[in-house]
Amino acid sequence: MSTTTSRLRLYRFASPATFYPLAGKLVPWFAAVAAILAAWGLWLGMLRAPTDATQGDAYRIIFIHVPAAWMSMLLYVVMAFWAAVGWAFNARLASVVARAIAPTGAMFTFLALWTGALWGKPTWGTWWVWDARLTSELILLFLYAGYLALVSAIDDPRRADRAGALLAIVGSVNVPIIYFSVVWWNTLHQGASVSPAAAPKMAAIMLQAMLLMTLAFWAYAFAVIFVRARAIALERDNDANWAGAAVGRAHPQSEATT
Amino acid sequence: MSTTFAVLVARDLRLAARRRIDAALPIAFFTVAVSLFPLGVGPEPQTLRQIAPGVVWVAALLAAMLSVTQLYATDLADGSLEQMLLVPDARLAIAAAKAASHWLVTGLPLVVVAPVFGLMFDMSGEAIAALVASLVLGTPVLSLLGGLGAALTLGLRSGAVLLILIIVPLCIPALIFGAGAVAAVDAGQSARGHYSLLGAVVIFTAVLAPIATAAALRIATE
Repeated sequence: MSTTTSRLRLYRFASPATFYPLAGKLVPWFAAVAAILAAWGLWLGMLRAPTDATQGDAYRIIFIHVPAAWMSMLLYVVMAFWAAVGWAFNARLASVVARAIAPTGAMFTFLALWTGALWGKPTWGTWWVWDARLTSELILLFLYAGYLALVSAIDDPRRADRAGALLAIVGSVNVPIIYFSVVWWNTLHQGASVSPAAAPKMAAIMLQAMLLMTLAFWAYAFAVIFVRARAIALERDNDANWAGAAVGRAHPQSEATT
Repeated sequence: MSTTFAVLVARDLRLAARRRIDAALPIAFFTVAVSLFPLGVGPEPQTLRQIAPGVVWVAALLAAMLSVTQLYATDLADGSLEQMLLVPDARLAIAAAKAASHWLVTGLPLVVVAPVFGLMFDMSGEAIAALVASLVLGTPVLSLLGGLGAALTLGLRSGAVLLILIIVPLCIPALIFGAGAVAAVDAGQSARGHYSLLGAVVIFTAVLAPIATAAALRIATE
């Protein structure tokens, strides 16, 4: 008996009608946590952490760069996971969440590349090197772009969800192969190149600031993804009664065509 | 399953033989694209020799991506794809047969004409041999992944550009090891490691891509 009730509770949140108001309540909390942690992390990182002996103040960009790079990779895996769940179990909300994750993941990938370029100019003397990490992060951006382009090109949401899920799964299977091929290509072509791994060991306060920024980005991702998932769920269930009630529509059926 | 495969490959080859100009278009594209590089980069033999493997490989990749959009499109348009899919458990055979016939019609001719471009780019005999060997191993990957992209983008607006965007990142390992084999031979090293890795990519893709393509066909025609 207890197993059936717990299973019921779990499935309850897979219904857009339950998810919509719950996510709506959670969004301000995640947004507030993101703002507080980001303010704390930036204060520690920008004002309290000591200036680096070799890199000067330019290193401070890692407090945004490294968490953004982590999030970009994590979100691709999370997106592929929810897309696969949505496809395998016909769980509509999982597919909605997968599609809501993609733009945020692409944004973090772009942010990681952009801040990396800003760091590279004063430190390496160049905006871009064809380093293995930079190249594979760029390819990750292409994978996000391909997913976004594919799901937006398909009008039927069911087909879009499934095609996107297949592409995300194929992409995540390929990510390690692409990464190692790029590493190998890089060592073959460049010899001893500059590497972010060569940075000096990190002080505790720097690590603290970086972890705070990671948690802030995490909370931000939750807030933004929930806002986007709510909008997609509402749009898809336009004719459903819960959607009508959510936007304060008196007669959802009669207004569904407008 | 194997009969379905053989029948479909024979059918696609017969269709290609009856539309010879259509079948020759990817080779024409490849020829024009490769010929543009000396005009853009300059005729110095040293530079050309250095960029030749990458140029030939990138042109082969783009020729495969551009031609693969037609792989399922014509069959979808005249309704024969739906008839094929009515055969029980035939999706995997269809996916494998389509990729195989694409390679026979597009990939194999690329392998055959590649040595001519090797000569035009002043490559050494050993480098040309390595180029042919890497293309023999690598072009099936392009056909297999291209088939997946063609099935995913079946009947979509701007399907051709979309296919290039979603499939090219997946082809990067084949490009790296394929062009890398030639560069290694040019530098006087052994290309055996490149061939092994390229072979591993081929086996991996040959096992998994038809399964993914079959799933994509089901998604697209449901």
